[in-house]
Amino acid sequence: MTQDGPGVPALEMRGMTKRYPGVVANDHIDLDVCPGEIHALLGENGAGKTTLMNVLYGLARPDEGQILLDGKPVQIASPADAIARGISMVHQHFMLVPVLSVADNVILGAETMANPIFLDRKQARRKIADLAGRFGFELDPEAKVASLSVGQQQRVEILKALYREARILVLDEPTAVLTPQETDEIFGLLRRLAADGRSIVFISHKLYEVLEIADRITVIRRGKVIGERRPAETTEEELAELMVGRAVELTADRGESHVGRPMLQIEGLRVADARHREIIPGLSLEVRAGEIVGVAGVAGNGQDELVESIVGMRTPQGGKVTLDGRDVTGLSPRKMNMAEVAYVPGDRHRFGLILAFPVYDNLVLTGYYSPPYSRSFLRDDQAIKSSAERQVEKFDIRTPSINVPAATLSGGNQQKVIVAREFDRPLKLLVLDQPTRGLDVGSIEFIHRQIIAKRDAGAAVLLVSAELDEVMEMSDRIAVMYRGRIVAEMDGRTADKSEVGLYMATGGREAAEATA
Amino acid sequence: MSGIPGALDAIPLIGLVFQLMGYLIENINPISATTVAVSVPIALAALCGVMCERSGVVNIGLEGIMLICAFVGWYASALVAGALGPEAPFPLFGATPALLIGVLAAIVAGMLVSLLHAWLSISARIDQIIGGTIINIGAAGITGYLYTLVSGQSLTGAGQFTPLGVPQEVATVPLVGWLLNAVLNQGPIGLTTIIIVIIFQIMLFRSRWGLRTRAAGEHPRAVETVGIDVIRLRYRNVVMSGALAALGGAWLSMEYGTQFQANMTNGRGFIGLAAMIVGRWSPVGAFGAALLFASATGLSLSITISPPSGDLGNVFSYIPSEFWDALPYIITIVILAGVVGRSIAPAADGQPYERESAS
Repeated sequence: MTQDGPGVPALEMRGMTKRYPGVVANDHIDLDVCPGEIHALLGENGAGKTTLMNVLYGLARPDEGQILLDGKPVQIASPADAIARGISMVHQHFMLVPVLSVADNVILGAETMANPIFLDRKQARRKIADLAGRFGFELDPEAKVASLSVGQQQRVEILKALYREARILVLDEPTAVLTPQETDEIFGLLRRLAADGRSIVFISHKLYEVLEIADRITVIRRGKVIGERRPAETTEEELAELMVGRAVELTADRGESHVGRPMLQIEGLRVADARHREIIPGLSLEVRAGEIVGVAGVAGNGQDELVESIVGMRTPQGGKVTLDGRDVTGLSPRKMNMAEVAYVPGDRHRFGLILAFPVYDNLVLTGYYSPPYSRSFLRDDQAIKSSAERQVEKFDIRTPSINVPAATLSGGNQQKVIVAREFDRPLKLLVLDQPTRGLDVGSIEFIHRQIIAKRDAGAAVLLVSAELDEVMEMSDRIAVMYRGRIVAEMDGRTADKSEVGLYMATGGREAAEATA
Repeated sequence: MSGIPGALDAIPLIGLVFQLMGYLIENINPISATTVAVSVPIALAALCGVMCERSGVVNIGLEGIMLICAFVGWYASALVAGALGPEAPFPLFGATPALLIGVLAAIVAGMLVSLLHAWLSISARIDQIIGGTIINIGAAGITGYLYTLVSGQSLTGAGQFTPLGVPQEVATVPLVGWLLNAVLNQGPIGLTTIIIVIIFQIMLFRSRWGLRTRAAGEHPRAVETVGIDVIRLRYRNVVMSGALAALGGAWLSMEYGTQFQANMTNGRGFIGLAAMIVGRWSPVGAFGAALLFASATGLSLSITISPPSGDLGNVFSYIPSEFWDALPYIITIVILAGVVGRSIAPAADGQPYERESAS
């Protein structure tokens, strides 16, 4: 859909600069998007992509720079300004109210009114159905957003933009939580929108995706534009090097696995949530020594509950968890920790770290109570700090000192603190929940290497991730989780990505039909 | 006390139940009218809470706001009455200019105190429980102090609103008479409350304001990203809600009683919070819960005024009057304990909203 030639760009950003205390998030960034064009903004986590789009959308104020729409300079001071000028944004974390209906979410802020006070829901529903039909997808306007799949929620977000007659559509990491099939559908939709004359900014850090969808790719690193490429003229390798600043291994080399005895055995696990709904209705899974089992699944299919039940943060209603032949069902997190189980939680800010505590305290959160870190009732600060110094060195934690609060570290280094604490001892089992979420490529590589090293030392690894790419890359065996059950298991080296995606999306129903 | 088991043994329980039902039916008019009246301040407090919390601001300062407004309303009306001298009341509700100005003053006071709460919780972002507690403690202290100051002035007061009144023929219509009587035999604030409940319910679920309010209480960031000013919306809701609590205060000192008394809210603000939770943050639900809590008072007042005769009266005579005073609170606790956990608060309730690095 590229429209070369002399046309005026629909959107042009010139010399955009945004400084935060201690860091230049955007350093004189230039970007332009033509009508009907899909322009990818490629960069690592933390490179400044989201900041740039927040500036465009009026959520942050630039320190320098100019925004031009159709060649005319404009001031965008708030999201209301941006919307009024035809700019819409699909945020990485959906901006939808779960308890409201699709229609209410779509019209919120741009309500169709029957009179100055009351909503005209009937007309709104009609308009939504029309729009959805025009771009080829179906959505029940009455459905509660909470009951929709993430893929459908994404369509609601896009509907919000269409409802506001957006000419410029910004999508921030739109595929992060989608299955491969959902990704394909979104790409089809984006192409139709571009064909309709709209301009699309597609933010991503996935190389193969920008190559597939974009007409033009702008790469930014540490707040600066590093280069601009057309998909036909570049390769994944070149883009990766531009993005990271050095040659990178695109896939982790997981090497050969030497599988030993069964280490973790889960039999008939049943877990209910606080409202007594059965989230896991009977799950069985085995992880053996020296293998990485990756659990793939769309977020919210019981992965959190599974992980929390294994490490003792949640008491299962039934079933049995065995670790190296010993029944460990319902043991407390500390007992599990003492049983040589490492746990990297999915939300490092809520569960993994105490952000206000210094790095050295965070490094002994699981072991402070016993020698050598404490003697009788007292902590041994000397021992804690010297061990912290050693781990900072060994795990390459970039921090000004061990005395600064964990909150001041970057995401990658925070995660390394957790990895250092959990990994730096003999282990039987590693339970990893999205261990590299939101990290830069360097940190991801490092953590992946640590995981593989632990596996090669004979530990069993359970890796849960909503990022299918990570599961595909790391796993010796892949288990697909759907509605609280393992619906498929396959060899990690031969598994087909779209097949895994199909199991993730449907639990294997359609896969079974296809073969029948 | 040792007489109770003996007395119970002598009476067949079934008979007692029938006697109780008979007593309730016989006295349904006074019991239901009292219940609706007593529910008014609880309902208004609960509505105030719904309006705040639906937009994401927790307000446990209801008790204090009501108390301040009870004082301001009463004192303002007394001052005006003193200045104007005795005047003939309007034919309706026994309203006088002094009383009306009193209600107005109460509303203004309620909105001002709410503005303070809004500032504390939205702009200063202090813990909203602490902000509300400050208002409650401050209100008790300030009104108590001011009341001792002004009680030396020998104010005559402005009297009180009177109920609309229902003709005997209407009140005794079979089946629905008691209901008409209960609804219509209320003062102006009581009747207004019923109207507010209906309007508020419709507005909350069908109007633009309602949609935005509910969204702001669930996911304020989503609201901000569609171009709505969350901070302003929350300020507006909290300040408006102050008028509702103010009416509750005015009811206490100008419709239910004739003057202010120290600490006269007596926990109604907190019962209102309970009604809000039991009513699942909806206006009609909150009003229903308020009626439920108030029915205990309606029953106990009736038993005090016209005690039942026969065996039932015998049993009741063993129950100390303190039990009836405590009954509304006991019912509140029991119902709340059963409901909590199943009634879900707005997701962003009590969380101050911070814009992304504005500057």
